[in-house]
Order: sequence, then C-alpha cells, then structure tokens
Amino acid sequence: MNDRIAKLREQSLNAKSSLSHERAVLITEFYKIGISNNVSIPVGRALAFKYILSKKELCINEGELIIGERGPQPKATPTYPEICAHSLEDLEILDNREKISFKIQNETKEIYKESIIPFWKGRSIRDRIFDAVDEDWKLAYQAGVFTEFMEQRAPGHTVADNKIFKKGFVDFKAQINKSLEELDFYNDPKAYEKQEELEAMEIAADAIIILAKRYSEKAQTLAKDEEDPIRRKELVDISLICEKVPANAPETFREALQHYWFIHLGVITELNTWDSFNPGRLDQHLYPFYKKEIENGTLTEEGARELLQAFWIKFNNQPAPPKVGITAQESNTYTDFCLINIGGVKENGEDGVNDLSYLILDVIEEMRILQPSSMLQISNKTPDRLLKRALKIIKTGFGQPSIFNTDALIQEMVRQGKDIKDARNGGASGCVEVGAFGKESYILTGYFNLVKILEITLNNGLDPITGEQIGLKTGNVNDYKTFEELLENFKEQVIYFVNIKIKGNNIVERLYATQLPSPFLSIIIDDCIEKGKDYNDGGARYNTTYIQGVGLGTLTDSLTAIKYNIFDNKTMLMSELLDAIETNFEKSEQLHYKLVEESPKYGNDNDYADDIMKQAFNIYFDAIDNRPNTKGGKYRINLLPTTVHIYFGSVIKATPDGRKAFEPLSEGVSPVQGADRLGPTAVIKSASKIDHLKTGGTLLNQKFSPQLLEDEVGINSLAHLIRSYFKMDGHQIQFNIVSAETLREAQQHPEKYMNLIVRVAGYSDYFVDLGVDLQNEIIRRTEHN
Amino acid sequence: MKEKGIVFDIKKYALHDGPGIRTTVFLKGCLLKCWWCHNPESHKLEPEVMNFSEDKNKNNSYLRRSSKVIGKSMTVNEVLKEVEKDVIFYDESGGGVTFSGGEALVQHEFLLELLKESKKRGIHTTLDTSGYVEQEIFESISNYVDLFLYDVKLIDEQDHIKYTSVSNAKILRNLEMLSSNENEIIVRIPLIPGISDTEENLILVSQYLFTLNQKHEIHLLPFKKMGEVKYKRLNIENKMENVLQLSDERINQVKEFFESNGFTVKVGG
Repeated sequence: MNDRIAKLREQSLNAKSSLSHERAVLITEFYKIGISNNVSIPVGRALAFKYILSKKELCINEGELIIGERGPQPKATPTYPEICAHSLEDLEILDNREKISFKIQNETKEIYKESIIPFWKGRSIRDRIFDAVDEDWKLAYQAGVFTEFMEQRAPGHTVADNKIFKKGFVDFKAQINKSLEELDFYNDPKAYEKQEELEAMEIAADAIIILAKRYSEKAQTLAKDEEDPIRRKELVDISLICEKVPANAPETFREALQHYWFIHLGVITELNTWDSFNPGRLDQHLYPFYKKEIENGTLTEEGARELLQAFWIKFNNQPAPPKVGITAQESNTYTDFCLINIGGVKENGEDGVNDLSYLILDVIEEMRILQPSSMLQISNKTPDRLLKRALKIIKTGFGQPSIFNTDALIQEMVRQGKDIKDARNGGASGCVEVGAFGKESYILTGYFNLVKILEITLNNGLDPITGEQIGLKTGNVNDYKTFEELLENFKEQVIYFVNIKIKGNNIVERLYATQLPSPFLSIIIDDCIEKGKDYNDGGARYNTTYIQGVGLGTLTDSLTAIKYNIFDNKTMLMSELLDAIETNFEKSEQLHYKLVEESPKYGNDNDYADDIMKQAFNIYFDAIDNRPNTKGGKYRINLLPTTVHIYFGSVIKATPDGRKAFEPLSEGVSPVQGADRLGPTAVIKSASKIDHLKTGGTLLNQKFSPQLLEDEVGINSLAHLIRSYFKMDGHQIQFNIVSAETLREAQQHPEKYMNLIVRVAGYSDYFVDLGVDLQNEIIRRTEHN
Repeated sequence: MKEKGIVFDIKKYALHDGPGIRTTVFLKGCLLKCWWCHNPESHKLEPEVMNFSEDKNKNNSYLRRSSKVIGKSMTVNEVLKEVEKDVIFYDESGGGVTFSGGEALVQHEFLLELLKESKKRGIHTTLDTSGYVEQEIFESISNYVDLFLYDVKLIDEQDHIKYTSVSNAKILRNLEMLSSNENEIIVRIPLIPGISDTEENLILVSQYLFTLNQKHEIHLLPFKKMGEVKYKRLNIENKMENVLQLSDERINQVKEFFESNGFTVKVGG
C-alpha cells in the first residue's frame, strides 16, 4: 500500500471507539420542536433524517479520497435513542467495560441525563417492546430460551444490488413521483398510507443529496485553504464528485465508490439496522466502471487498488453501534457485519469471476483490517485459481474471507420461492445469511436456545436454574419408556417456545412497521417504491423472518448419550444421569467418562449420532419453516450463533453429553468443541447430513493449525475439502488458522498480539478483544493436526 | 480367503501417503525393527496395551483413558465401510486408500482381500511397504495396487541388518521386480541422522536407483521425534532418544543431491 493508505489505515486502527451524542441530540431536538406532531409518522421520520443530515458535523480526514463519516470523526459512534435510549448505567458500562468499550465524555452523560433519557423514556421501541410482550415471553427471554434482536437495533439485514450503481437519487425521485401520480384514491383504500410513505421517501432522497452538497461545499472550502497543490486538486475533485453523486448515477470507478458510500451513510444514520448494509457483490457491481476506465486509460490497476483500499478504511471507521446487556453478549464485537461478496455467478448463470475479484482479494490481504468482512462465493464454475488465492489469505490466520457455496445459496433461495435471477444476483450477508440482494428484507429476530429447551424438557417444564415453571408439563422423564417419547416431548416444548417467540415477533414487527419506518432504506430496496410500502412494513419484494437455532451439536450429543446409554444399551438409568447433572458430575467420574468418551458424537461421520442430529434438525425446522410473518412473507430457519453460544451456555446446567454447567454450547453446525476426533473429512461428512438447502444459512467453523497449510499439498487438499463439502450442498465453511500455542501465548501477553485476528463465528475479531471464555473456547476447538 | 485382520488405526484426511486426500489403514505386525520406527505399537501382530498413565493430561476437562488396547480385529467389510465414507473426497482430489503398517504385507492374505475389494469399488489403492516379503506375495497383490510407496533405507546389507534387524536382499530384489513389471512406484528414503543420511549410503542409494528399470520419484522422509512418547507408553527401549532432528539445510542438501542426479524429489510424502 502507498503512504497515503498506510497513514489512513494507521489512523483508523489507532482511533478509539467513542460514543457520540450528536445524532441523539439532533433527533431529540427534532421531535421536541413538534413538527412531527402535524405530519404522518413516515414523513416525520423522513424529516428527522433530513434534519440530522442537514445539521450533523462533517468530517473530511487528511489525505482521504473517499469521504464521509457517520459520526463527527472516525469511530465516533452515534446512538439511536428512538430504539434504545441507553441508561446512565449503560453508559458507565460502555465507558468502562474491558472489551468493546466506547469512550464517553462527561458532557455526553450530562446530556443523556438532562435531555435524552427523559424524552425517550416510554417512547423508545425498546420500552414499548417490553411493555407489549406478555408474561410467557418475558419468562422465556429472561431464562435465556431466546434473544430478541430488535430491542436495541432495527430490522435491517439487507444488501445493495446493482441498481444503485445505475441510478442517482434524482432518478429515484422520478420513480417515487411516478408511484405518487399513479395512486388511486377512489379504489385503493391504502392510497393515503402509500402517499405518506412515498412522500417520506422523497424527503429522504432530498436529505442524502443535501448531505453530499454539504460535503461538496466543505471540500471546496478546504481546497481554498490548502497550500499543497496536489491535495488542493484532490479536494476540488472530491467537491465535484460530491456535487454529482449520489444525486446522479456514477460514471467512473471513483464516483461509484463515493456514491455507494453516501448511500451507506444514509442507511446507517437513518437507523442502526442489524447486520449493517453493504454493497454485496462488489466485484460484479464495479466491474463495468473498472473495465471502461481501464480501456479508456483513465484508471490504472494501481489507482483502482488505492481507491478500494481507501473505501475499505471507511468501513473500518464505523464500529457497530454500542449494545448493552444480553444483546451485547449475543454479539459482542465492534464488527458491524458488512460482508463483501466476491465471485459467484452472473444473473444468466455464467461464472461471475473477473479481474476485480482478484484485485479485491489483494486489497483484503493487504489491508488486514476488521471491517469490512469478506467472503468468497464458490460455484461449480468458479476457477480453482480464485479459491486457492483466497486460501493463501486464509492461511495467514486472518480469518477472512469465509467460503460460501453459490450453488447452495441459489437453491436455498429458489426453495423459498425466489426468482432464479434474483437468487443468482444474491449472496450471503451478516454471518452466513442468504438473501436476494436489493430485493429482500430478511431479518433475524433472535437466537433460539435448543439446549435450554432440552434442559426444560428433562425437568418437566421447570427451569432448574430458577425453579420456575416456564415450559409445558410434559411429564417426569424418569417415566419415559422410549427415546421416541423423549423426542416427542422435546418437540412439544420446542413448538411451545417457538409460538411464544413468534407471538412476540408479530408485535415487534408491527411496532417497527408503524412507529419506525425507514423511508431512506425503502428507496433502494425493490419493490418499496412500486408498492408505496416501507421496508419495515413488507415493502420489499421478498420478506423473510428468521429464528436462529443454536447448539445443534450439544443438543445432538446430549440426545445421543441418552439414547445410547439409557434406552439402547441400558447401562445407565435416567435418574442416575439426572443426579449426575444436578451435581455437575462431581461424584460420577465413571458415568461422565461414559458420556464423554464412550458415547457416539456428532462430527465423526457416525450415523448413530448423525441420525439423531437429523431428527433434532427436523423438529426445529418443522416448528418454524413456512409459517407466515407480518409482512406477507414466511418464517425460515438458519443455524448460526455469532457469540451467543457462550451466553446460552451460561444459563444451562450440565448436559447429558458431559458438558459441565455453564460452559459454552457448540456453535453453528460445528461439532461440540473437542468431540470431533476423526479429522476434517468426518466433520464435513457429519455436517453435510444436515439438509442445508432447507435453511437460510449454516455456519461450520474449522480450526486448522498453520502446519496443515504449509505447502501446496495442504492448500490443494483444503480446496478439495471445500469443493467436496459444497458438492454435498454445504452452505458455508470458515477456517481459523492458528496454533493453540499461539493463542495461549496471546492470552498471556495480549500486548504482543494486538493485531491477532481470529474467526469467531460468522465474522473475525481481534483475539485480545474477546472475553476469556470465548478465548478459551477458540483454543479448545479441535485442532485437526 | 482371509476375512479378518488386525488393524491398529484408520486415519482420515491423510495428505502425505499418496496422491490426493486419502484414508490410511494401518495393519498391525512388522518383521523389521527399525531403530527410528515411530509406530512401535505396530510391531507385534497381536493387539497390545498402551499405557497412558504417565502422560495423563491433568488439565483436560474430559477424562482420559489410562490405557488403551492397540489393534482391533476387523473384517474386510468393516474396513471398507470406513474407507468408503470418504469417497467423495477421493473423487474430488484424486485420492483413495493407502495400506500401511507395521508392514501391511505381514497380513498379506487379508491385505489381498482389502485391495481386491477396494478395486472392485473403484477406489485408488496405494501400498506403503518395506518390501520385506517373499516375491510370490508381491506377485499376488501387485495387480491390485495402483501405487507403491516403497522404502529404501540402507544399501549396505550389514548396516541394514544392524538398524532394521533384517537383510535387505529380498527388499531390493522385490523392488527390481516391481520396477521391471512397470508398476507405479515412489521410492521413500527415511533420512535418519548418522544412519541413512551418510554420504556413503546416499551415493549407494542413488547408484542403486539408477539400475532400476524406471526412474522413480523420490520422497525423503526426515527423522522426526514423534514416536518418543509411544516408546514410554509401551515400555520399549528407544534407541533414538538422544538423536536430534535434521536441519532444514541438511534436508535440502540431500534433496539437491538427488535432484542433481536427475531424480524428482519431494520432502515428506
């Protein structure tokens, strides 16, 4: 990288994450003025968005080519009190906690105390959610049966498609006006609602143009005072570009990047959407600009590289908005899950790989920063050369990119009823979640603790931690005559808690639809403009609601141990097992040995255990898949944990697989940590017995010691391993390439390993930033050596 | 027909026992007693007990066995069932099954059935062998072996007897026969410090390989101190206890030596 990029990168790496009260102050001011009382909710939201973008402090960093920050400076992270107004206690925790802290000035705390907290109390969505849900929901939530995504962050989880690179907001406005003109007040009873939503979109479009104009003027001013003629010219160029985009469609590579970046800022300023918006299939979107300019001679490969690197830094400057409580535990990271997709196929099904696919991999390797995250889509048509190029980056222990199976992603989307073209233009975002980019709202609503439900089943509906009856009374397990009886009752409990979760979701989704529409995001997601409907209200072409199952490995091994020892071999009594669990195996070494060492385990290509995994998977799938959501779409499942398997483990006593009380659960579709003893092919075989195509994403984590990838044989074999998994419809696989020794050393001497990035779940993080539990778990994950 | 045999390990994702991703089946029993053997548990044909009590890891939250029986009687079908589990990886990578030991040919009747069954199921077969068996045995199996990994340790017969306990006459004769019969062979040379890596032996090996019908690829297997703990567990004397591993520099020297004689050489398998 050149000096400019090195400097900007350093600046970004060194910037401390802080909490900025700017947005909170502006939005509170706006709602206090009272204009919002006289307009519809969507229009009020759009005016608030415009108010923020018209008043917020601008920031052009020294030497920057792509400009624009969400906060007043890099890593100054705004809050969204209309969703979750942090309490003073929250602010203290954020300021002082060891990991993922946000520096907070006393002034901010003061402002919160005097103005933000009093104003939003009872008004914020979080308060309203907790007011609206019923007692059963609260009991299950507090017990850790599930989490609630939308109590601190808005339903986002969507990704840009190609259209935003072909259109400016002037074009979008024309489209909005066309929809407005076509409203039929005589025959369409929803015409008024549509009118308000469309007008809100128009205001939001104006707002983003205003922000760019302000940046253009700022660059102009800076140019006037700039003494260095080279930088002066750059600032003049910036000013001209911001004058043009995003009002108008971009025409050059650089304009395309700046255009996208304004849109990105718009989305993440309007709301703190989960799994931050991202450009998706970046090599596909940018290639026409790249090709044209390379041919014209107006851009060189080196120039494109520098611009992409500058673009990368912009992502790294935007940490995920600060979370507290359970939500912080389920996703404790600065990463905002922007997952850039590389490779895959074109809309017509042809191989999508181009020169930029390789160039972007170079950028990832060279930048080596936390954000954005990246993934490689591998289809049957993708050349091995690209896969091996990526493996050489993975080999360095960076954890990026993760590898996805394009052919599976497409089949998953088609199964869900999506058009084949929309599916081919899609990919995965967040951790592993499949989506039709630019056309789908695919929100994740909460993690679902499958192992906790087994614990509740084994206790006849009681939560053994609190002694409260939170589940159904499905009978005393000591009286069960068959394994099938246990499974049947477990299934009843799963359905019971899924129902509670969905009932809650129906409330939460409607609260967002009616109270917190997102007109700006709606402009860029098909078919919100055509339908005159908000993104949060079912405006998207496809609307999917997910509940993410967690602990499949621990659940499988627990059920397997019960079937194997109690019902099939009859070497153990249910009462003995329950007693041993109660005492955390303290006095039952032999029984524990049987559970851990002598019972079949998922992850070893052993049909005894793997068949039970399939049964457990189907119970979860049947309880959720295809149920209607509030947006005209359907519920689907996926299997990913982020970091919630640690929290979920912390609310469960010992389990029948031999796991000790409060230890983490297995993560994603990976086997229980240490239970896989036969190497990666066995893990992959076991994992491929899941019907991945019936999910919206699964996560398989494999830890490799670097020695395994030392030579060409190692790299080639890893490529074959991946291709084999994908032949069997595997959805995704990711690799941690580090030795346990290194990690232990990093734990002892964090100061020496500040830059050590490891793959955590669907994302990578700094090892030293992880809690000690999570660190230990990563160390434990089986090394296939 | 020998339906059952003693297997002491089945290792999946073996990357250095022939081409592609392989499953290596280790058959128990060996007539050689090489000083540097890193699978001493494979010497005896019968199952035996390995003791773990001394190296039990106290920090491991999971209980560990204090001892383990090495070697298990398995049928041809049981072995093939395990081998077949990874067919998708063999197909993708051009891999297959490798039979190793011990010396797999000690159980040659069982091995023959394993090889036949593997070929019947379309699986690529590799045999890792010391070559120390009667010629007829090689003749009976060679049609079912796609690739031989053939050890050439020491050319001097007396040295060979000293360090492996057997003469190399049969070994060299069998290799000449296989080479003449157009079998695909990779020659594996264990580089044992002070024993097989001497200038003298390396020159003799090179000269000997020149006399063969084909010019075979060479794989150098540098001595690794990985078997040590097993000697303790089995309570056997370890003659290599004080021997150090070769430096990368020395390994490269040897590699270059064979390359300069026109051989294709790889370090490791």
